Amino acid sequence: MRETQGFKIYRGVVLTVLGLFVLVPLYVMITSSLKPLKDVQGAFSWWPSNLTLAPFVDMWKTVPLARYFVNSTIVSVSATVFSVAIAILAAFAVSRFRFRGRTAFTTTVLSTQMFPGVLFLLPLFLIFVNINNSFGLQLVGTRLGLIITYLTFSLPFSIWMLAGYFDSIPRELDEAALVDGCGPMGALWRVVLPAARPGVIAVAIYSFMTAWGEVLFASVMTTEANRTLSVGLRQYSTQTNIYWNQIMAAALVVSVPVVIGFLLAQRHFVAGVTAGAVK
Amino acid sequence: MSVATQEATPAAAKPAKKKTKRGPEHRPGLNRWLPYLLLAPAVLAELLIHIIPMVVGIWMSFIKLTKFFIANWSAAPSAGLNNYKVALDFNNAVGEGLLKSFGVTVAFSLITVALSWVLGMAAAVALQPPFRGRGIIRTFFLVPYALPAYAGILTWNFMLQRDTGAVNHVLNQLHLSDGRTFWLIGSNALVSLIVVATWKLWTFAFLTLMAGLQSIPGDLYEAASVDGAGNLRQWRNITLPSLRPVNLVLVLVLFLWTFSDFNTPYVLFGTAQPPAGDLITFHIYNASFLTWNFGTGAAMSVLLLIFLMIVTGAYLLVTGRRSRRA
Repeated sequence: MRETQGFKIYRGVVLTVLGLFVLVPLYVMITSSLKPLKDVQGAFSWWPSNLTLAPFVDMWKTVPLARYFVNSTIVSVSATVFSVAIAILAAFAVSRFRFRGRTAFTTTVLSTQMFPGVLFLLPLFLIFVNINNSFGLQLVGTRLGLIITYLTFSLPFSIWMLAGYFDSIPRELDEAALVDGCGPMGALWRVVLPAARPGVIAVAIYSFMTAWGEVLFASVMTTEANRTLSVGLRQYSTQTNIYWNQIMAAALVVSVPVVIGFLLAQRHFVAGVTAGAVK
Repeated sequence: MSVATQEATPAAAKPAKKKTKRGPEHRPGLNRWLPYLLLAPAVLAELLIHIIPMVVGIWMSFIKLTKFFIANWSAAPSAGLNNYKVALDFNNAVGEGLLKSFGVTVAFSLITVALSWVLGMAAAVALQPPFRGRGIIRTFFLVPYALPAYAGILTWNFMLQRDTGAVNHVLNQLHLSDGRTFWLIGSNALVSLIVVATWKLWTFAFLTLMAGLQSIPGDLYEAASVDGAGNLRQWRNITLPSLRPVNLVLVLVLFLWTFSDFNTPYVLFGTAQPPAGDLITFHIYNASFLTWNFGTGAAMSVLLLIFLMIVTGAYLLVTGRRSRRA
């Protein structure tokens, strides 16, 4: 594409408009988190005239944010670890072996990604309640239930993306490892995995993001004991007050780690998405 | 051109596949079972969380599952097709609510997907030729996608408040309104939903289209330039056709996502949804968990699934036929 004068104008307009569209909410989030409560309860102002860090201090007291943080961290990290491990094994099987049921497996797994969560929500809730009643294993209102649920949410995409990554690693490398006396698992561990590290990192961040931001199942499967951030942030709206400055501060704090992680790994995402889209 | 590559790929790929067959499988015994062992955890997890609940959900839609039977659901009496009759009887309150919610969701999805695609495409094309600062802008555009959904939606919720929000403030300053518009209740709720959902979704379209643009060889554009084609014609004759496979998947995925969007209405409205913002997933959620009538909720879910399957099937059929003709 040539950079004509017309194109430069087009680019300027598009980037300005979209830049503002993206920027304004982020700006509002950041500046409102630095305002005292009375300033977010009055008419909106672009510039925080009474700068304060108090919302970042008070937000831990208004609601048990620290506990939500711990819950979200434990749930998301565990779900990520299990999801990535399971996806690596499955992707290795799909990429390196030809076996009966291979296509059936990949199609079924991918199609589960397509279906709306509300479809599984009701029955899963009832299944969990019944597991509790018959085996005494509590899954509703515990972190374990959330971990098991969340790890499957990222699984289809992870398997698909990792299988693509593994496919791009020359099989001669595996064969060399086999000749050297490794079993297939040794080849996976010593040869394939190290070569697929960017893919594994991207998939791990994706899994973490999925679990960290999940709202639907969290709103049904959590009680005060295992409440995660995604529903916990609602607690800032009380009968008498909505602490918007603290909500914005908390939203900012819970977002920063995920956003940084994603932006660092975005190259691998683009590669993964392209590979998938071209297939 | 796309036909030629489609034919070429399988032929080229086959010999490579055959070669690998000798790879890890040359020792029989354990290796025959190994792939199944490797898949077992994934299959187990998918069965427990997706497949079995789906089957149970279909069964649930045929029983009278109210809150008295939750702990002991096998005792719930059969309802036959009653749950479906209630959900689809558009003359009574439940059916009418579902139909209205369906209409709102169709409008919401079509507009949101179209907007997201247009914005994503506009930005991807604008960032196609390299220039200074391109990387930074690209990264910046991805922030809404990287943000946890609820964090972005909460911010919009604050901005859309009537008396304290930024949106009314701006509209008032620009003399476009008196600055006292209700955005989260009443008929404007649909507009709010579309804006907020687009804010998050367009960056995914952008990410995908950008990745697709990278795989178009630059000489195509050079050749077209030599032939005197302007930028607009190059976009129509090179960019758009080359992105066709990407677009096919992208539009379908965007549609399925928006159609079953739960986060946006839930975080924006809480459990008191305005009728104009009553998206279907949210409607089913409320019908089941607020009234504890799981049977009807399950029937609605199954109807939603059937609808999405029909749309997906028809979409694949139509687009598949058209690409074969091309």
